[in-house]
Order: sequence, then C-alpha cells, then structure tokens
Amino acid sequence: MKSKILLTIKILIISILISLSLKNITMASTFSEEQTINITKNLRCLICQGQTIHESNSDFAESMKKYIKGELENGKTDEEIFSSLVEKYGQWIVYDPGISRNTLLLWALPLLLFLIGGAIIGKRILKKYE
Amino acid sequence: MSENQIFTDFEVVELIDEKKINFNKVLFGKNFYLINIWSSWCEPCKDESDKLLELKNDTSIMMIGINYKDKKKNALNFLKLHGDPFDQIFIDKQGTISINFGAYGVPETFLVDEDNKVLKKYIGPLNDKDVYEIKNITNH
Repeated sequence: MKSKILLTIKILIISILISLSLKNITMASTFSEEQTINITKNLRCLICQGQTIHESNSDFAESMKKYIKGELENGKTDEEIFSSLVEKYGQWIVYDPGISRNTLLLWALPLLLFLIGGAIIGKRILKKYE
Repeated sequence: MSENQIFTDFEVVELIDEKKINFNKVLFGKNFYLINIWSSWCEPCKDESDKLLELKNDTSIMMIGINYKDKKKNALNFLKLHGDPFDQIFIDKQGTISINFGAYGVPETFLVDEDNKVLKKYIGPLNDKDVYEIKNITNH
C-alpha cells in the first residue's frame, strides 16, 4: 500500500515537472514569435511595393523572417538585428528610422517647417495690427 | 552589403560534403574573391554561367558559389550541364546566408578584395560589361 502511494506521488511530481517544462518551451517560442512579428512589421520588403516584411510572402521576405528568427534564437536584441540589417541594406529597409546624422534632416524638417510657418503667420498678424 | 563594406563573419555549409565552416576562413589566400549567388531553378543564372566560366581563368580570383534555396541533386546537375566555375560552393537552403550578404535574390555577385571589402556588387546576371569591369579591377 505504502509503495503504491509513493509511486503515485512520483508519477504526480514527474507529470507536474513535464507540464511545467512544456509550458516554458511554449512561452519561450511565443515570445520569440511576437518579437519576430514586431521586428518584421518595421522592415520594408525591398523587392515589393509598399509592403512590410511581415505582410509580404515574397521569397526575400520569407528568407528575412527566417533570418530574424535565427538571430533572435542566437540571443541578438532587436536593436542589434536592426543595425545589422541597416548595415547590409541601408537605412531604407527600416520603416521607422532612428535619429542619426543621415536622418537628422528628416526628423528636424517638420519642426523647421512648423517654426518657419509660425513665424510667417505671426509676422502677418503683427503687420495687420500695426 | 554595399560597396566598400567589409564582410562580417558567419557560418556556411559546403555543398558537397556538408561541412560547416566560418566564411572568413574561406576568404583566404587570393587577391580577389567573386561570390556568386545562384540556383538551378534560376533562368538568368544559366545566362551568366559562361561569364563565370570566363572569369574562372583569372588566377587572382577565387570563385565562390552560394547555392540558393535549391536541391543538391538539381544543383549538381546544373553544374554538369552548364559547367562548374566555382572553387568552392556553399549551400543556402533557407536563404538566410544570402541575407548575411545583403542580397535581394538570385543571381547576385560580389567582388571582394583580400581585406574582405566589397569592391563591386552586381544585382542580376553578369554581362560582358561587368566581366570587363571585373577583369580591369583584378588585373591592376
């Protein structure tokens, strides 16, 4: 009787451990899948028209998805993956380019236009009241 | 990779014996390396095969083939049929090695110098003008 109880406890412990490890594996792969989607949504498919890597089923996009998955499995961060792809394909591959020397004008232009526009409008208003 | 960039290292697998090797170890012992991404199912690759065979005669160049998303049997048949211009051939079953090269598809060719710097990148099949340009670079 005692040995039967011990056997049941052993089986219970083993099954709990197995289910816990399976849950961890599933969680890890889901996380990686989510991360892959987030990265591919911010990458331009360079051989398609107006599609992200995530949206495209082209040969290039499929290879890129596999490449990104591999890089994530190798422990690379999102930033490391983006910077290595920018190095290989240029800034154009990224939909949301970060601030750098090359993109500074792109980021500053709306603010500059706003300030210039505001100055022109302000000047006209002042002139009107004078 | 665009021109003047230097290759970072990554692992490649040989077509024949499927041995793994770091790509930087492949780029050794020659003044120039011509890396050609090709596939047996790629029609333009057939058109450029005679250009690659012509460049094979240049002893300062090591000819490296990257077999893209292909079956080994089909790749070997292609080489038997159209000639084998390569000193070494590696496989890229999933297309991820080509991403490491910064390639868009097949065919694509990179001329690399002894410092692993990309001198020229050719998207699409090589033509007579490209062969002339490569010969000019390697013979100076």
